[in-house]
Amino acid sequence: MTPAPRVKVQTEDFDLQKEIDDLTGANSNIGAVVSFCGLCRDEQGTLDALELEHYPGMAEAEMTRLAEEAIKRWSLDGVSIIHRHGKITPGDNIVLVLTASVHRQAAFEAASFLMDFMKSKAPFWKRELLKDGQIGSWVDAREADDDALERWQ
Amino acid sequence: MVKLVYFAWVRERIGKSDEEIELPGDVRTVGDLLTHLKTRGEGYELALAVPRAIHVAIDQQHCQHSDPIGNASEIALFPPMTGG
Repeated sequence: MTPAPRVKVQTEDFDLQKEIDDLTGANSNIGAVVSFCGLCRDEQGTLDALELEHYPGMAEAEMTRLAEEAIKRWSLDGVSIIHRHGKITPGDNIVLVLTASVHRQAAFEAASFLMDFMKSKAPFWKRELLKDGQIGSWVDAREADDDALERWQ
Repeated sequence: MVKLVYFAWVRERIGKSDEEIELPGDVRTVGDLLTHLKTRGEGYELALAVPRAIHVAIDQQHCQHSDPIGNASEIALFPPMTGG
């Protein structure tokens, strides 16, 4: 029985090691933890920050649905997903996905699946705040992100 | 009455983050709703000019434009998502 997924939407940063410790907890039969951290880029020095808008309520609900889908598809001993919102500066964390399993393959594949779906299904939107003080445009969705979903069909 | 919520550039172009409206009886699907909203003013027309770019969630679950609205209490309209 996989424990319920841990899902958080928050403005504050997260501590990778603490999140791993919280996920693995007392389960000493976990042999693999895969972590993915998404960071804010500075876009060759032009970006001052990203402003992340989200849909409160649905963001948590959708992240939980995706985590539950991953738990159905792979043999996992834990899933943790954190997504930040608000103003995020270059070098800062934006998103964390942790997957834990007995052997590595399930954790690797599930983490990759979760990030592919987080990109296209979790209701978050990035807007660029530029170094020159301008409010830049909303970040465009990449077609490659939609294509990435097809390999999981 | 149904609550409509808007995000990102859909919110900016429409000029509000949410509103409650009464739906005409002939608005049965999500696609019908988008067509109806476009008649509500310039901001709506601008926001919904390319309907296939608009993602819709009914009661916080993703749906298709062909889906029936049914007894939805909250319908969200937003651009493609760019989190992660």
